[in-house]
Amino acid sequence: MKCGIVVFPGSNCDHDCYHILKHILNQETHWLWHKEEANLESFDLVVLPGGFSYGDYLRPGAIARFSPIMNSIVRFAKGGGKVLGICNGFQILLESDLLPGTLIQNQSRKFICKNVSVRIENPDTPFTRQCGEKRVLEIPIAHHQGSYYIDPFSLNQLEENEQILFRYCDTEGNVSAESNPNGSVGSVAGVTNEQKNVMGLMPHPERCADPALAGMDGQIIFKSLISNS
Amino acid sequence: MLAQIHVTFKEGILDPQGKTVHHALNDLGYDEVLDVNIGKYLEIKLDSASEEEAEIRVREMCERLLANTVIESFRFTLVPTE
Repeated sequence: MKCGIVVFPGSNCDHDCYHILKHILNQETHWLWHKEEANLESFDLVVLPGGFSYGDYLRPGAIARFSPIMNSIVRFAKGGGKVLGICNGFQILLESDLLPGTLIQNQSRKFICKNVSVRIENPDTPFTRQCGEKRVLEIPIAHHQGSYYIDPFSLNQLEENEQILFRYCDTEGNVSAESNPNGSVGSVAGVTNEQKNVMGLMPHPERCADPALAGMDGQIIFKSLISNS
Repeated sequence: MLAQIHVTFKEGILDPQGKTVHHALNDLGYDEVLDVNIGKYLEIKLDSASEEEAEIRVREMCERLLANTVIESFRFTLVPTE
């Protein structure tokens, strides 16, 4: 699989994503610089990593979405290419209108950095196909603006189209107010577009995908993507 | 010309910062405070040919970049400058 990792000014999880795809999963992986458009025709996957692109000024992702590389990524996505946005990458995909909804400040007003459980709501997507019988993943979150918001009508539509991919839950997979770390509507942790080729999530799968570290659940997402290509 | 732009959360969107300040004001004894909504204020200096043109362009700036219209609304006034 040929992968591209976008580097924005302020990206800080780009090397983690590169490391997992290139060194742990042995995939051909390239950097994509934000200031240049790129020909992505030969690529299978583009990752928008976490961080604080453009210092999160104005709103997270608001300025990054106008980077030249985003023109290429929008074209790539419209053509069916797989795009994965993690944390700040998710925020950029929402600002770009490649995904529906938005992310606002955590209900607690605190930056939250901890392991959480998320339930796979749709195992039949390019991002989740390799989950087997496993439905609950342990993945860390680290964000301040991670409370997913969308109006009730659109939330309903997301559910009907099976676009909600992950929900925050407890270790048993039960979704409740207590297991919702940031106040997201419907406990939503990750969504896809209607075509299911663009996905954004707040948890960081690249932080639990290296056997040298505790936890490997993040690999399921990357391996699912690899198995499609 | 100067555009004075206010961007605020739409009705019904949780504003944790506003809520915190609201509680702080109540704690200080300002019991009359019913709600606090914290937003952004931007001043943009313009070199526009006319007020009509500025009006159209500033609205476009707000919709494209300055406000996230999923959760925020905006309003602005144009003030003549030297």
